Amino acid sequence: MTGTVVTLTEPHPVRGASEGLPSAVAEAPAYTARAPRPVNTEPVAVRVALTAVALAFLGLFIGLPLVVVFVEAFKHGLGAYLDALVDPDALAAIRLTLLVALISVSANLVFGLVASWAIAKFDFAGKTFLITLIDLPFSVSPVVAGLVYVLLFGAQGLFGSWLQDWDIKIIFALPGIVLATIFVTFPFVARELIPLMQEQGTAEEEAAVSLGASGLSTFFRVTLPNVKWALLYGVLLCNARAMGEFGAVSVVSGHIRGLTNTMPLHIEILYNEYQFVASFAVASLLALLALVTLIAKTILEHRLAEEER
Amino acid sequence: MSIDVVGVTKRFKSFTALDNVSLEIRSGELVALLGPSGSGKTTLLRIIAGLDWPDAGAVRFDGEDALDRSVRERNVGFVFQHYALFRHMSVFENVAFGLRVRRGADKLPEAAIRAKVNELLSLVQIDWLAERYPAQLSGGQRQRVALARALAISPRVLLLDEPFGALDAKVRKELRRWLRHLHEELPVTSVLVTHDQEEALELADRVVVMGRGKIEQVGTPADVYDDPATAFVHDFIGETIAFPGLARSGSLYLGDRALGLDAQGLGDGPARILARPHDVEIADPAASPFAGRVLAVRTFGPNRRADVEIANDGGPLVIEAAVPRDQSLDVGTKVGLKPHRYKVFAA
Repeated sequence: MTGTVVTLTEPHPVRGASEGLPSAVAEAPAYTARAPRPVNTEPVAVRVALTAVALAFLGLFIGLPLVVVFVEAFKHGLGAYLDALVDPDALAAIRLTLLVALISVSANLVFGLVASWAIAKFDFAGKTFLITLIDLPFSVSPVVAGLVYVLLFGAQGLFGSWLQDWDIKIIFALPGIVLATIFVTFPFVARELIPLMQEQGTAEEEAAVSLGASGLSTFFRVTLPNVKWALLYGVLLCNARAMGEFGAVSVVSGHIRGLTNTMPLHIEILYNEYQFVASFAVASLLALLALVTLIAKTILEHRLAEEER
Repeated sequence: MSIDVVGVTKRFKSFTALDNVSLEIRSGELVALLGPSGSGKTTLLRIIAGLDWPDAGAVRFDGEDALDRSVRERNVGFVFQHYALFRHMSVFENVAFGLRVRRGADKLPEAAIRAKVNELLSLVQIDWLAERYPAQLSGGQRQRVALARALAISPRVLLLDEPFGALDAKVRKELRRWLRHLHEELPVTSVLVTHDQEEALELADRVVVMGRGKIEQVGTPADVYDDPATAFVHDFIGETIAFPGLARSGSLYLGDRALGLDAQGLGDGPARILARPHDVEIADPAASPFAGRVLAVRTFGPNRRADVEIANDGGPLVIEAAVPRDQSLDVGTKVGLKPHRYKVFAA
């Protein structure tokens, strides 16, 4: 944008070029003697100041904490760091987190695809309502989300006695943690796909069907390949949130060590017990996940731009 | 294959896109559906294809009911307005798509698919682009890929939705000739939707002029140009000069003055007298049905036009008349306008 500055008097005014052209300066109207003032950029000082403020803010609130996590984790050396990670409770927490993320991301992948396919490619009553519903988890506090599941499936909850009769454990067990995580992370995939699918329209699907493709074949040969990068992007964000989710999971998990503690919950427990090195060691794994996500996200955004062409 | 459209009606909420439309398309002919946007031509095409369903009426292919078959089963080649090429597939795979999705007994071996696709690509003269992706092609090349893809399934009907709409004028002309040529080589029953009359008149065996969900006229290109059935067709196709008038017992009047023109059987009432610009002679004011003062004269390319202000009941009316290039005309002079051929319609 900044390269396309054009003034009306000269074809290509160059800063300071007027010294080299004395005759032109003499004949030209007074205002061309000044350096052209581009309309779409600010003076250097303002630009530097704004950039500095933004960088300082980011450094203070995001960069510094990230550094602190790693500094604290390695405070007593690599040995203490690794010891904290191979602790059975820590390993159990890592395993549980991976399992929960795997299940909830897969569920949301399928749900997100189906929902956005329906919303983008078909017209039906209640479409706006469905879109609003998909956004709901963004506007509800995760703690409330967790609480809802306790009220539904807890011992005193709506289905509590029925579940007890059949000896099904949801709250304070894996299913509850998975449910809460699915709830919190379910907009990510759908939100990423709906705008792209809407923009791509239905012409390619119509073409596929007119060439004799079945509905399923159309989906797998045309619709899905057209959104694969957006889908991956949504899955990435969904996964990052699923692994990092604290509030909702905290309510339904029951904090049973080695059994229902996910990584974020385990970190909190260790911290509250003043085991700072161990706590930050596990936290560093989540921080690492964030960094990997960030890099993958940048690469995907590049691919995504190509998909949208 | 012949196509019969019988009494088809289609509504979108309160908007009637097609209003009891009937049309017969003969086997092997190339028919153009011509009309302004909103005339229902694309809706009719989509109903023939099976991409939309009518609220009432019937569509028959060779006398067989087509409406109980889905678009998948109708075996129609559809060329979309913006081509709708599969963006993540190469040109080759785009054309091969219709062959690859076949199941069961219809499934072709890979070698047969390759042979057929290569044959089609050379037919549409883009065999050298086989490995490219749609984003790397020009508009005209995409158009050819879309056509090859539609032809790959050996369709019984070829349906084209504004096939040249997104191309620049020169490429459009070239492709138009080429398509006409292709149709002579490969006489598939074809229906083309266009809003470009030149395209319709040049390409089609017969032209179907549509306006506001109804068929206004069906005829050869010469028919619809020289003998328009309605005022709408006259206005829409070619250039039109419209004179006001009043029909009274078989004669035409302007105010109380007899124009000396035939009412062509129009009943009493206000009339529009329509003529092609080249059929209206600039003549002696005293001996012409219409007369007025020249306001301006413009020349562009081979054409010269004069704005002539004629008197009318509801205030003066400016008419744009054609002036022969060898005739000089000064602004301010009084001239007569004398239509040699004209059509009279109720206003």
